[in-house]
Amino acid sequence: MTDVTAQSAATGQQAVLRVANISKEYQLGHGLFSRFGGAQKTSLKALDGVDLELRRGEVLALVGESGSGKSTLAKILVGALNPTGGDIHELGLAGDAGSRRERARRVQMVFQDPYSSLNPRISVGSMLAGLLRLHRVVPPGEVRAESIRLLNRVGLQEDALPAYPSQFSGGQRQRLAIARALAVRPDVLVADEPVSALDVSVQATILELFRSLQDELGLSILFVAHNLAVVQHLSQRVAVMYLGRIVETADTSEIFSNPRHPYTRALIDSIPRMSADSVTDQFEVEGEPPSPINVPSGCRFHPRCPVAVDRCRTEDPGLSPVGPGHASACLLAGELPAYRGGPELKEER
Amino acid sequence: MTETPLLSVRNLSLGVQRKGRATTVIVDDISFDVAEGERFGIVGESGSGKSLTLRAIANLLPAGVKVLSGTIAYRGQDLQTMPAKSRRRLAGQEIAMIFQEPMTALNPVMRVGEQIAESPRRNLGLSKSAAMDLAIDMMRKTGIPDPAHRAQAYPHELSGGLRQRIMIAMALSCSPRLLLCDEPTTALDVTVQLQVLRLLEQLCEDTETALVFVTHDLGVVNQTCRELGVMYAGEIVERGRVKDVFADPRHPYTKGLLDSAPDFDQPDRELVAIAGFPPNLADRPDGCPFQPRCAFAVEHCATSRPRLAAVRPGREAACFETARIFEGATA
Repeated sequence: MTDVTAQSAATGQQAVLRVANISKEYQLGHGLFSRFGGAQKTSLKALDGVDLELRRGEVLALVGESGSGKSTLAKILVGALNPTGGDIHELGLAGDAGSRRERARRVQMVFQDPYSSLNPRISVGSMLAGLLRLHRVVPPGEVRAESIRLLNRVGLQEDALPAYPSQFSGGQRQRLAIARALAVRPDVLVADEPVSALDVSVQATILELFRSLQDELGLSILFVAHNLAVVQHLSQRVAVMYLGRIVETADTSEIFSNPRHPYTRALIDSIPRMSADSVTDQFEVEGEPPSPINVPSGCRFHPRCPVAVDRCRTEDPGLSPVGPGHASACLLAGELPAYRGGPELKEER
Repeated sequence: MTETPLLSVRNLSLGVQRKGRATTVIVDDISFDVAEGERFGIVGESGSGKSLTLRAIANLLPAGVKVLSGTIAYRGQDLQTMPAKSRRRLAGQEIAMIFQEPMTALNPVMRVGEQIAESPRRNLGLSKSAAMDLAIDMMRKTGIPDPAHRAQAYPHELSGGLRQRIMIAMALSCSPRLLLCDEPTTALDVTVQLQVLRLLEQLCEDTETALVFVTHDLGVVNQTCRELGVMYAGEIVERGRVKDVFADPRHPYTKGLLDSAPDFDQPDRELVAIAGFPPNLADRPDGCPFQPRCAFAVEHCATSRPRLAAVRPGREAACFETARIFEGATA
């Protein structure tokens, strides 16, 4: 599992954030009944030994279904949750990784729902000014100018300053949330499903904004998403999560054309395609993700896996390299048939 | 073509009327037909009126929203003028609806088996035990494992995918001829979404049930429906076969929608957003509702209103300039 580090050294790209063996457990059974009934304590493993690194200036997409732990991981990265075990390393960041405030400044978050993530009673101007003053980003005299610069950066105008969040549309609110995250000049942006609450035509403008932040500010972005078509458009690398583990990671074009984990194949095959009926039946999975309270033995995907063999029920595969920059947690990764469900590259319309 | 369609919506307008204020028109003069066994998709963004249209057919409009004009005919009978009792019976037996959020649409204090059995008991006059047998059978058909046991469960004990299957079992329990679906898979994970869509498709095919499917997801509509209506600001702006519309849109809004959506099979295509915002429905523009955002708009687009008109057999678009815009560009 430590080859991931070696790989990044080989490609010469610097990691800005690395997590090693992160786990997050929640103890269950503290309710009134179990206290009297003496029921066994159970725990919910939201994350179970996750290794991940985010490289400088890249967009890394974290994909998976609900309950896979992707949002938990995002919250741990921004420091909103403490992991039960494992380490978070911040590497190669400018300055000294010292105080809690400094850490909080460096890694900023954009939330899914722009309708609930902005305080309805604080105007845009005071929201930005508060942050700029607290973190002493600019001298007090330049707070207003800096706020305007931030608004312009995300495609809004100066006249937004005295307005309140309720006066903006969903897309504009997400721009405000991005401006808020950018105010403290972070190195890393963690975006948790930032476009899934938006209409398609608005979604495109926000994706374009993320891309320009990456290009122009050199931001490293962890993009949590469940829409693979969006991920394919925006990210350079993809990490696929299933039940608290990362099961496959690779460069974007590689993972979609040559997925080496059955779950990734199932995810790609489940995309409702806009052109053709190119969905192949090869890797359709049965049932739904099991509950993280009761993780299956062996490979956690085996009960739904169409190619599982006996070995999969007992051995728990770790993430191991299957190609350059490509790792998969499947015992049969080397034996999977060639994949035919990838994008049918077509001429542009 | 001379046959009476299963469902015929003619010049339907929906809106909010308040005393002393101007009427706000939300759905404006839309017409479409759905034949027996047809699968008709309605796509549009939030606020385009697609869900309200569906609710008007099911007689489930929210308080305050009224049918302003137009007719909704089921097998040639106008649903609005028929007695309330017959309409209710029709809604139980012939027309069924599947909602977006299975958690809020199911009764939380009633076992799911009983919820499915309720409609067959009322509408088909089955005995309690016969209705429960039917419910368990429906649950099996929708792919719920261990149906006899699961029938005793309450909705909160089931996962989202299972709850949506319960909704489908409930909707199909009286073998309806018309199934109305309001974003039935939006709340589900992709792998489960695929299972549910497959199931719907297969069940509708087996029983030749017609489907009206409302969604904002262009991929989903491509996978489920054959015919498509694109709604914008309460109007149907384009209609035709899904495959034709996607391959060769004939309305600037449809084109904008397709250009802005990421397509998995065209990863390198640049996403082009539609500039501007949908119009405020309380203050509709006089001309084409899309005109303020349209890159191809000419002078008369702002003053007169284009109507849905045939651009070629089986295709309609509500755009004055469709010939100039698309025939020049795609020839």
